[in-house]
Amino acid sequence: MQGSLAGVRGNIQRRQLWSAIFAIVGLLVLFIAIIVLLALILQLAIQGVPRLSWAFFTSFPSSKAEEAGILSALVGTALVMLVTAFTAIPIGIASGIYLEEYARKNWIAALIEINVTNLAGVPSIVYGLLAMGLFKSALQLGESVLTAGLTLALLILPVVIVTTREALRAIPSGLREAAYALGASKWQMVWDHILPYASGSILTGIIIGLSRAIGETAPLITIGALTFISFLPPSPFKSDFPFLSFDWVRSPFTVMPIQMFNWVSRPEPEFQLNAAAAGVILVALTLLMNGLAIYLRYRFRKGVKW
Amino acid sequence: MVDQPLAVAARSLFYRKKRHRDLRQRFIEVLLFLAALSSVLTTIAIMVLLVTESLPLFEKVSIIEFITGRDWAPLFDPPRYGILPLICGTFVTSMVALFVAIPMGTIAAMYLSEFAAPKLREVAKPVLEILAGIPTVVYGYFALLFVTPVLQMLYSPFGEKLSEWLPDIFPYELEGFNMLGPGIVMGIMITPTISSISEDAMRAVPVELREGSYATGATRFQTAWKVVFPAAISGIIASYILGISRAVGETMIVAVAAGLQPTLTLNPLRPAATITTYIVQVSLGDTPHGTIGYQTIFAAGLTLVLLTLFFNVIGYFLSRRFRETY
Amino acid sequence: MVEEASQLNQLDSTMFQPKAEVKNLSFFYGDAKVLKNVDLVIPEHRVTALIGPSGCGKTTLLRCFNRLHDLYPGNRYEGEIMLDSAVNILDAQVDPIEVRMRIGMVFQRPNPFPKSIYENVSYGLRVQGEKSRSVIDAKVEQALKNAALWDEVKDRLKDSAYELSGGQQQRLCIARALATDPELILFDEPTSALDPIATASIEELMSSLKQQVTILIVTHSMQQAARLSDYTAFMYLGELVEFNQTLTLFNHPANQQTEDYVKGRFG
Repeated sequence: MQGSLAGVRGNIQRRQLWSAIFAIVGLLVLFIAIIVLLALILQLAIQGVPRLSWAFFTSFPSSKAEEAGILSALVGTALVMLVTAFTAIPIGIASGIYLEEYARKNWIAALIEINVTNLAGVPSIVYGLLAMGLFKSALQLGESVLTAGLTLALLILPVVIVTTREALRAIPSGLREAAYALGASKWQMVWDHILPYASGSILTGIIIGLSRAIGETAPLITIGALTFISFLPPSPFKSDFPFLSFDWVRSPFTVMPIQMFNWVSRPEPEFQLNAAAAGVILVALTLLMNGLAIYLRYRFRKGVKW
Repeated sequence: MVDQPLAVAARSLFYRKKRHRDLRQRFIEVLLFLAALSSVLTTIAIMVLLVTESLPLFEKVSIIEFITGRDWAPLFDPPRYGILPLICGTFVTSMVALFVAIPMGTIAAMYLSEFAAPKLREVAKPVLEILAGIPTVVYGYFALLFVTPVLQMLYSPFGEKLSEWLPDIFPYELEGFNMLGPGIVMGIMITPTISSISEDAMRAVPVELREGSYATGATRFQTAWKVVFPAAISGIIASYILGISRAVGETMIVAVAAGLQPTLTLNPLRPAATITTYIVQVSLGDTPHGTIGYQTIFAAGLTLVLLTLFFNVIGYFLSRRFRETY
Repeated sequence: MVEEASQLNQLDSTMFQPKAEVKNLSFFYGDAKVLKNVDLVIPEHRVTALIGPSGCGKTTLLRCFNRLHDLYPGNRYEGEIMLDSAVNILDAQVDPIEVRMRIGMVFQRPNPFPKSIYENVSYGLRVQGEKSRSVIDAKVEQALKNAALWDEVKDRLKDSAYELSGGQQQRLCIARALATDPELILFDEPTSALDPIATASIEELMSSLKQQVTILIVTHSMQQAARLSDYTAFMYLGELVEFNQTLTLFNHPANQQTEDYVKGRFG
């Protein structure tokens, strides 16, 4: 059936041509994606970097573009992240441990599992509506740092849960049995052995989750974070006993991405330069966190040999 | 048998310790369970809120009118409550995004999985992941101030001719707000999601199948396209569905660059509001609990959740339909 | 080495035409030399078996014949495999795809594609550019008949290949290899994943196939080699220790290692 040798060769060449074409197209697509990333960062940097100055970091927003800064947004982001981290990390890790180590194979566990997967796919603006109806209206927490932090915590909870589970699943069962064989209870086994071994991977998931929370805008707009904030929340530290204050959690706030959205939606080009500058800081933050997470994951994968 | 007193004492101590430990274990397990339950409570809270808060609206407007009405202007006088324009805006921006993301994501995945050298794959994967991690508001800035100006520049030489030819479709000049620019940027943002999940699915295809194909004299492209792609199709469909969900739910890119005016149009060259941008637009003003504005954004949110749920269910059945066990 | 060469000479060369000749073949995974200067003749229209303990390189040698090693980076050949005394198929100038079109392969585990029975058998023809529906239909039927599967599947060619039993799947893979009329078929432990009954039917099939094609089979089972093959090569630690007619090799091994292995003293 193969006909002449020349025929066979021609046939192969024709077929190989498609492979060659696809290899080129594939490489091209990859490069387009990477070039777009570079263009995005470059465009931001060209516009925004000249605006970065000490004053930009230490000034409040202003109606004059040249005088406006990101002090309140930066502090707001830090405080909101504090609330998010303190809520999402313990609940997320505890859920992951329950689902992976404790849950029996029954309908409740199945329900929780399906639910976590589905929650990860809920559009972020819907969390904003949740915040609006539950935290702001029903629980009367107001347009506060606490509301924002809790909202973002719920948003990144699926990320933390899923990575915790994957990290725990990667620990060989032999280690669990070894701990039991020495008389450890289930919780001792988890706390003394499984969690420490899995901590690197869990940390990676937490960083990725928090970096997502830092960049989220939509769910915070619905709770009215887009107000003109030219003051700082009360300090968490006091001079008298007990030296810590939690007044700041009830304070109004703004955050970095909201500040950027505010500036970018203004028609004046001067404010768009401010938006670019805020964008540079945002991108730098998220790149740093994502890079750290990828590096950690790489290191843990290399370092651990079961 | 009669126990020795000492042994009895020792045994009861043993039991007491066990009882104590059991209680402690039980307590910890309940705590962990409550944490896991919090995600279920979140879902319940979302659904209950979306339904109860938008219910008052449906006492004023029939569901039929809400779904089929062609005009969305709830805060005007007289108010009109047809959500179709918002759904249209969501549909157009998502379609543009998928036109970019599905081919790019699939090709990138197939290239990385079947063609690329391991070194290139090790570099390209994290770079693509970083692309997916950039905040969406930054992408919005990019759409408004970079992609749209570029599109305007590319469009202007043809604008005059095209607008004479079909004035209803082609504007003389591309407006600063349009659905094309943010749609394209959204597509670029979704590409890594699709390529990453599709690539995982293709890599999971057993090497025996590939070798079986090569052994019959197939080329790399034939093996990738005729054996690996169909074998991984259920995972690839799952990645498309996730991409669609993200496009439908994306807020900031369209809010910044697509305009906020609800318009019933399928023309990506025109500006229009989406379901998500409407929620943003109303939230930017003051929306006290119980006002019409408040009720409409919950109705919009409910529509959005039902839409994404719809796609997820379709995706679930599609990928089950095509699931192969190697 | 000298001893091996003399053994080769002892074979009655008038009995067969050499289909393929392996000449001083070495193979490297990176820096590791896993095949060491192998010389071997594959007689035409005969079944030749490669035996030896696991890790001896028999599968590696088999996969040289259709250049499957080319798929993975870091692999390197030295030496030659001459096909029909005409072309060295390991030559970098030779297209591995052309080699694979002429030399078929059946794998250790049945590996049908997740497609229909018909699509599996026609796959090779289709990738090689055959467009005519009638030609493909005829070839598929012939291949399935040759693989003794036709009667079992002729009414359900559109069904998924995964609905077949393990033994049927392996016969389907043989049909897939046969459909493109290869000159040589490589079998890599084709029955190791099958039950004894399925194994028997595959062995019967292979014996009948040698009328049409030359067969090279790797097997871990000495009984299978003895039952099935006309010639047997014993490999150990990447070297070809002894090659001879199967009866001779099993009954009067010339080499002590061969004798230890076939008598079951190691491996």
